[in-house]
Amino acid sequence: MEAKLKDCKLYDLATVIRSKNSGPFQITLDVLFDDPEIYRKIKESGAISREHIAALYKMEESRIQQIVFFDTALGFKVTYDRSISSGTCGERDVYGAQQHAPLAEMSIRI
Amino acid sequence: MFTQRNVEKKGTVFIMKEMKILAPCGILGYGFPKESFLNGMAEKPDAIVVDAGSTDAGPHKLGEGVAIVSDEASRRDLELIITAAAQAGIPAIVGSAGGAGGRVHVERTMRIVASIIEEHRLQDLKTAVIWADIPKSFIKEKMKEGKIEKLGNLVKELTEERLDDSSGVVAQMGHEPIVKALREGAQLIICGRAYDPSPFAAVAAYYGFPLEYGYHAGKILECAALCAVPGTTKDCMLGTIREDGFIIRPLSGIRKCTPLSVAAHTFYEKEHPYILHGPGVVMNLEACGFEQYGENSVMVKGSRIEKAPHYQVKLEGAVRVAYRTFVIAGVRDPIMLSMLEEVERLVEEQTREYYADIDPGRYQIHFLNYGIDAVMGAAEPLAMEKGHEAGVLFEVIADTQELANVICSTLRSTFLHYGYPGRKSTAGNLAFPFAPSDIPFGPVYEFSVYHLMEITQEEMDGLFPVVFVDWEKEEQKWRPN
Repeated sequence: MEAKLKDCKLYDLATVIRSKNSGPFQITLDVLFDDPEIYRKIKESGAISREHIAALYKMEESRIQQIVFFDTALGFKVTYDRSISSGTCGERDVYGAQQHAPLAEMSIRI
Repeated sequence: MFTQRNVEKKGTVFIMKEMKILAPCGILGYGFPKESFLNGMAEKPDAIVVDAGSTDAGPHKLGEGVAIVSDEASRRDLELIITAAAQAGIPAIVGSAGGAGGRVHVERTMRIVASIIEEHRLQDLKTAVIWADIPKSFIKEKMKEGKIEKLGNLVKELTEERLDDSSGVVAQMGHEPIVKALREGAQLIICGRAYDPSPFAAVAAYYGFPLEYGYHAGKILECAALCAVPGTTKDCMLGTIREDGFIIRPLSGIRKCTPLSVAAHTFYEKEHPYILHGPGVVMNLEACGFEQYGENSVMVKGSRIEKAPHYQVKLEGAVRVAYRTFVIAGVRDPIMLSMLEEVERLVEEQTREYYADIDPGRYQIHFLNYGIDAVMGAAEPLAMEKGHEAGVLFEVIADTQELANVICSTLRSTFLHYGYPGRKSTAGNLAFPFAPSDIPFGPVYEFSVYHLMEITQEEMDGLFPVVFVDWEKEEQKWRPN
C-alpha cells in the first residue's frame, strides 16, 4: 500500500540548507540530505524547478543559471545571478550567507 | 619522464607511492589547535599548504589594500607553519597572501614572514614570492585582441576607462608557477592571488602524482576541516595523494569524515556541484566515488580533469564607487513601527526637498529594517510579520564623504523628530545605541574586473614571476614598519 503523502518543509527534510556567494556576482543555494529515499522523492517531485524557485525569490527566471542534482552527494544546487555584485552600494548580504530562507520555507508533498 | 617520485637515498632509487599534505586551516590567520597540527606533523607530511585568500568579504579588501585577518592572527599561524616546515625540511606554501593576493597584500604578509625569519634565525630558508599583479597595459592589449571575456551576466563590460579607475588587478594563478618555484628549490613560497586549490595541486604535480587528484584534494583541503563532521575552517586536515585516488583525514579526534560529508563539500561556494573551472583546466567530479577509509577518513577516486580549450586566468579588480555614512537605531513605538516604511519614505522625501539644490544623482538613501526585511529585501516572504521592535540601519551613499555626512545628518535629524500621522511619542522616534550616531564609513568599492583573460604558456612566467628572497640582503626591505 502506498504511504500517505504529506506536506513537509524543505528545512525539516534537509540536513544542510545554505546559501553562499559563488564568486561576487552569483549566489548558490545548496540543499543536502542524509536519507537517499527523501532525496530521491524530492528529485522526482519536480518541485525544484526554475519556475517555482523564481516565484519563491520573486525574481525573473532568467536570473537562475542552473539547477543541478548530484546523486553522489544526495543534494541539489541552485545558482542565480545576484541583483547587485557583492559589497557594492545597496548590499544586504555581502557573503550571500542568509539567502536560503525562502527555499527553506518551500513546502513539498512527499 | 623523470619525476620527483624517484627519490634517491644512499645510491638507491625509491619510488614514492603516496604523498601527504598538511592543511592547517581554511584561511591563514583563522587559527587551529596546536595538537591537531602536531598530529599532522607526526605523519611526516611532504608539504604544508594554506590558503589565505577569498573574495567572500567583498571588493573592499582588494580596493583599499587591506587584509581579512589581523597581522597578529596571521603571525600566530605563520610562525607555527614556517618553523615546523623548516625543521622537517618540507616546503610550506601560502596561497593568495594577505587575502586578496595583490602587491600590497603580499608585502604585508612578507613583513610578517620577515619578523619570523629574523626571530627564529631562518635566514637560510629558501623563500620565493610569486607575484600575481597584472599590468593594466597588458590587459589593454588583451582587450584589443578580444582575449578578455566577462564572467557572468551581471559583470559590467571592461573599458579602458573603468580599468584605469580600478585598483591594481590580480589574476588567479594555476599550479604551474608554484611547481616552478618548487623545482627551483623553494622551501617557503608566498603566492599572490592563486586559484584556491592551485598550491595543493602544485605539490601533487611536483611529486608526479595525478593532477586531477591534486586539484580535487586541493578543492577540499583549502577549507581544511570544513568537510568533516563537525565541520570547521579552524582545524587541521591531512590529504594523502596516490596514483589511484586520495584520502582525506581529520587530525583532531573529535572530527570524522564520511563519504557524504566529503561529497557534500564538493558543492561548497561553487556554481556547479561537479564541474569546476580552474586556470587552464576543467574538473569533472561527477563519476567520483567516495568511500569510508578506516574509521574517520574518506578515500576519493575517479576525479577527472581536462585541459580547457584555451588557457584562461581569472582577473579581479575593484573600483571606488562612492562614500558612505550610516546610522544604526532602534524603533520600539508601536504606532511608528506599524507604519515604519511609510515614515521612512516621507523622511527621505523631506530630506531631498531640503537639498533640492544638490543634484539628486550625487547621492542615494537606503533603509535596512532589521526584524522586517533587511536581509532579503523584496524577496522576504514574511515582511508583514513585525515584532515588537525593529532595528533600522540607514545609510547615505554619495560621491564625496562630506556630502554623505551632510545628507545623513539631515536625514537622521528629520527621522528623529518627524511628526508622522497619529504620533503619540513626540519626544523622538529613534533609539540610538551610540553617540555620535552618524558614522562616516569611508569609500565603497565594487568589483569592476571579474573577467577571464586568455594567456599563452610563454606569457605565464612573466605574469606570475617567481622571485627568490635573499634574507641576509633584504632584511631592511621587509622589516616591519
